[in-house]
Amino acid sequence: MKRDRSRHRFFPGMVVLAACLAAGVASSAPSEEKGKVAKPHAAAPAEKQFAVPTPPFTPGIFPCSDCHKEMTPNPKRRELKEEHTNIVLNHAEGQRWCLDCHDTYDRDRLHLVNGQRIRFEESYRLCGQCHGDKYRDWKVGVHGKRTGMWNGEKQYLLCVNCHNPHDPRFKPLKPLPPPVRPGDIR
Amino acid sequence: MPMRMIWGFFKGTLVLITKGSKAYYIWMVTLLCFMGIGFLAYLYQLQHGLIVTAMRDQVSWGFYISNFTFLVGVAAAAVLLVIPAYVYHWKPLKEVAVLGEMLAVSAMVMCLLFVTVDIGRPDRFWHLIPKFGILNFPQSMLAWDVVVLNIYLVLNLTIAVFILYNLYHKREPSKSFTTPLLLFSIPAAVSIHTVTAFLYNGLAARPFWNASILAPRFLASAFCSGPALMIILFQIIRKYTRIEIKNEAIFKVAELIAYSMFINLFLLGAEVFKEFYSNTIHLAPMQYLFFGLKGHSDLVPFIWTAMIFNVSAFFLFLIPQTRENYVTLNIGCVLIIIGVYIEKGMGLVIPGLVPDTLGEIFEYSPTGIELLLTMGIWATGLLVYTLLLRVAVPILTGEFFVGEDGRTAVIVDTEFIRRADHLAEQSYRD
Amino acid sequence: MPTQERRDDRAFRMSRRKMMRGVAAVLGAIALPAQDAPASVWESFFQKNFRELSPEDLKGVLSRLEKEYSEKYKKAVKVRATPPIEGVSYGYGLDLSRCIGCRRCVYACVEENNQSRDPQIHWIRVLQLNKERGVDLEDAEHYYNPAKVPEKGHFYMPVQCQQCEHPPCVKVCPVQATWKERDGITVVDYNWCIGCRYCMAACPYGARHFNWKKPGLPSAEMNPETHYLGNRPRPVGVVEKCTFCVQRVRNTPGRYTACVEICPVGARKFGNLLDPESEMRYIIENKRVFILKEDLNTRPKFYYFYAT
Repeated sequence: MKRDRSRHRFFPGMVVLAACLAAGVASSAPSEEKGKVAKPHAAAPAEKQFAVPTPPFTPGIFPCSDCHKEMTPNPKRRELKEEHTNIVLNHAEGQRWCLDCHDTYDRDRLHLVNGQRIRFEESYRLCGQCHGDKYRDWKVGVHGKRTGMWNGEKQYLLCVNCHNPHDPRFKPLKPLPPPVRPGDIR
Repeated sequence: MPMRMIWGFFKGTLVLITKGSKAYYIWMVTLLCFMGIGFLAYLYQLQHGLIVTAMRDQVSWGFYISNFTFLVGVAAAAVLLVIPAYVYHWKPLKEVAVLGEMLAVSAMVMCLLFVTVDIGRPDRFWHLIPKFGILNFPQSMLAWDVVVLNIYLVLNLTIAVFILYNLYHKREPSKSFTTPLLLFSIPAAVSIHTVTAFLYNGLAARPFWNASILAPRFLASAFCSGPALMIILFQIIRKYTRIEIKNEAIFKVAELIAYSMFINLFLLGAEVFKEFYSNTIHLAPMQYLFFGLKGHSDLVPFIWTAMIFNVSAFFLFLIPQTRENYVTLNIGCVLIIIGVYIEKGMGLVIPGLVPDTLGEIFEYSPTGIELLLTMGIWATGLLVYTLLLRVAVPILTGEFFVGEDGRTAVIVDTEFIRRADHLAEQSYRD
Repeated sequence: MPTQERRDDRAFRMSRRKMMRGVAAVLGAIALPAQDAPASVWESFFQKNFRELSPEDLKGVLSRLEKEYSEKYKKAVKVRATPPIEGVSYGYGLDLSRCIGCRRCVYACVEENNQSRDPQIHWIRVLQLNKERGVDLEDAEHYYNPAKVPEKGHFYMPVQCQQCEHPPCVKVCPVQATWKERDGITVVDYNWCIGCRYCMAACPYGARHFNWKKPGLPSAEMNPETHYLGNRPRPVGVVEKCTFCVQRVRNTPGRYTACVEICPVGARKFGNLLDPESEMRYIIENKRVFILKEDLNTRPKFYYFYAT
């Protein structure tokens, strides 16, 4: 996947470090002590960071500002007729449109409901606004794929690594071959 | 010197087994041929692995273990038949008690051979020997089986050899030695069969085997097949050798078979009722065995053959007229041997594994190699039994005994297998 | 006379040993492949059970195996015998609401654990079940092969060794060639197993597999990072099974198992049951969990769950 750029390169490393330091802080393990420790952090805006890969952008599409910086934002809800026509929203269509998630003025970022702008690498926070239960499971490695060391550093996948945000249903796969029947093992 | 006397006896037997009639030689050569074929099959299996059998992960035990199970029953029953002879001094059976012991020995040899050819690493058999290896006793029922089968083999061999050795020296075998051993052989015979049943019985993963009625069923069916085999052997022995076996003894054994078969069928019926009436997920193997499952029905004709044979034999042995008619008696014996061989062999082992624990149905039927190897082992068993008889029969008839010097063996019987009419002629000459 | 007795005893034992060796030589000559170097054949023949090996013995065994495998597969093969980590009991979670039955895990396991390619051995079996029937194994389809999975109306249940707390397979082994380690992984000593397959009859999960033939493992595909009790190449005639990738998970830090790593839908979870922070504890405490064939009291440490 071709992708920009130096300003994003430093990110994974930093996140790994942060994830290590903050390991378990954001886990929603129901133990009492944990709850107490977690409280001061909950008040602070700093969310736990997760070691995630780079978002799976269509090659050449990012940064969005490359095209958008010359354009005047049009916040009017409408169907796009000239650009991005390949994107057919199959995700709460009718209730959402592009700028509910993509930031109107900084096209290289997304925004949360409260207006906070976030990088694409933090898109899980955006998804988590509606899918709180999945977000909670994801953070502890139960929803979605988490790899790495079972007793050490872990790598997460972003929601969008498996779910196309515009059409999130997981796509069927071709199964690998069935086992050889016992009568055919010779 | 006892050592020298034992050596004399041993040397005598070695000479004895080389002597015999044309029929004896033909018989032995035939058996040796089958053994040779079986041995070649085994070499082939060793070279290529158990892949040459039809067994696979889904059905991990097959024809070898089926034969093993059947033969454990034969071994147990052969001795249990001998017990009344000694304990209750029931004369007609007493004369032939040794023949039963020897059948047990031969069956045991076959059992051990069947286990040996079934294991993947026969070169590691020594892992089973305590001190050298690790015998997982008492946790593993297979460890129990190894222990009891070997004890049983040694026990029967000891009793038979002791009795014969004394008769050879024209002495009455010491009761203080034989009686305790014979008494011990009662629980030993019951235990080899019970332990073998428990080997299957203890596996919760296999509902078909995991029924507490299994061990009683094992014993009941063993009391049918073992004695049926002995009735046929008795007739052959008395026809071709000088050993006399009274009709009375044979008919008594046949009567015993009738009762055992009743219990066997009753226990089987109880099991069948419970499974079909309760109709739980544990029904599948029984369904597979009797009616077929999802279009897989390889065992169905076999088990119904067994059922029909067993029930017919039961009536043949129940009615005194047919029990005491040699034609119907022998038909009954053959029906029982085949019936129990199916029911206790493939009919027991295979449905335990089909459908497998994940619901897969793999229909097993033995390959040519398995059949040849099995024939080889049966030939070996028959050869062992023939050799044992070759020594025992002349001793029992007083045609093989120690000479005047107390060492050299005297061999009168140089033929062994003879037609009865020849026997009659000869006895005139004597 | 105690000395006399002892001497007799020794003579008896020596003669037994001699006899044993004689019989062994005959059987060995028949059973063992002739092309192998005789010295290592004898060493492996007389090798003790893994748990009875002294540290020096073990070292010797491992280096002998490394040499043997390196020559055979023409690459530097490592054979380790990493012991269990204290305070760890492994647990596994499988999310039935996610699994799509794609069998990626089956083949990742084959590659990681050096299973025989021909004849084929799979430690993982994926069952296709009917949503209407639920977990009804009699109704399982093992050989489904549509163009795309998941298929409508179906769900998928991969089955592999459940690493039971009460493993019936261990109990029945006549020679203690298989046992449960302190971290809960049931392992097999491939050099001690006699191949009687009693454990296969005893396993309620079809998790044990037999080498019916000399395993076919192409050198190029051989994974050289091995564990004595895990993925080292197996000889013919012995039983093998899933070990939760013992060669990976016993390290500190240790990688997730191959099946966890490959799963495209993240249905597979793995962790330390004794660690309250582990994903396994989260699953057991927060999700609807079941174990397979609970009535058999095998107490699997393989938990099927529904995340949604």
